[in-house]
Amino acid sequence: MSNENKEWPLWEVFIRSKAGLDHKHAGSLHAADAQMAIENARDVYTRRMEGISIWVVESNHIHASNPEEAAAFFDPAQDKIYRHPTFYNLPDELKHM
Amino acid sequence: MSSITTLKYTLQLADNVLIMGQRLAAWCGKGPILEQDIALTNISLDQIGQARSLYQYAALIINNMPAADKAHLFNAPLLQEKINNQHTITEDDLAYLRDAWDFRNCLLVEQENGDWAYTVARSFFFDRFQYLLFTALQKSTDSTLAAIAEKSLKEVQYHIKWASEWVIRLGDGTDISKEKMQQALQARWEYTGELFAMNAIEQAAMQANIGVDVSSLQQAYQQQIEAIVNEAGLQMPTAAWMQTGGKNGVHTEHLGYMLAEMQYLQRAYPNMEW
Repeated sequence: MSNENKEWPLWEVFIRSKAGLDHKHAGSLHAADAQMAIENARDVYTRRMEGISIWVVESNHIHASNPEEAAAFFDPAQDKIYRHPTFYNLPDELKHM
Repeated sequence: MSSITTLKYTLQLADNVLIMGQRLAAWCGKGPILEQDIALTNISLDQIGQARSLYQYAALIINNMPAADKAHLFNAPLLQEKINNQHTITEDDLAYLRDAWDFRNCLLVEQENGDWAYTVARSFFFDRFQYLLFTALQKSTDSTLAAIAEKSLKEVQYHIKWASEWVIRLGDGTDISKEKMQQALQARWEYTGELFAMNAIEQAAMQANIGVDVSSLQQAYQQQIEAIVNEAGLQMPTAAWMQTGGKNGVHTEHLGYMLAEMQYLQRAYPNMEW
């Protein structure tokens, strides 16, 4: 028997921990299809009430920035402090800014 | 309404989920893939949790019974002695100190795991029954049983989903997976008849309005099973003869081996905690 394609594809899992918050990357897992990926994610990542909503996307659909280009990509923003909204006083009730 | 009826009925419900949960727990660390290993263990823990609620309720009933009523509840000498000596009985006593002939679980749940298809088939047949049972049990006049049924139903809905999707996945998969799934359905089907054959405890519980008329669930069960089997492109299994006995304490050889392993620690080191 051939061994090719015996591994299920990898999926990235995003969990929304409560209403109003964004989905956050929780990890990855293997599953045969999207439905199974959502159910596996439910079992692997939300057993301790971590979530109220799950997104999954096949890992090979994720395109990432190149770590080697990180300096050129991100460093120039460092000395442009005028772009940051750090001069406002936020009320204490505003939690997730 | 006699508390003996409630006790025996509760124990029968508890035994089914304990034995099923223990069977699935044996997959822990051995699943074909990590994620499914966790899924099965999760389902197992749901079932053992349901068993705990039910055994706790059963223990409460025993502890509140007058001594004369509970002098001959169980065949297992260890447990019966404890009761006769006026010890407070716990959920663990009921799970670990009864012998096979005191268990009233159906034969289906004690059957061996076999391969993945056999495990799926057993869960597929059992979970669908539990769904119908707990749906009806929510209307029990016994408020504790009704509450446990309502809470468990949410868990069972997921168990059904898990098992049904695997039946479809394997049935609609490769030639080998289809053949194995068909074989497993056929092999386990003969244990489904017992689910709907009312035993004396169920009769009494139904008449007292605390239990479910399981015989009335059979038609819906058959239809719902058939719908999934058709969707999977499989043939509905048939059986010329349905096995019975578990619900009356007459078990297949498999239960004894399983209990020996499950109960070993409490038998060898009584009251051991860890």
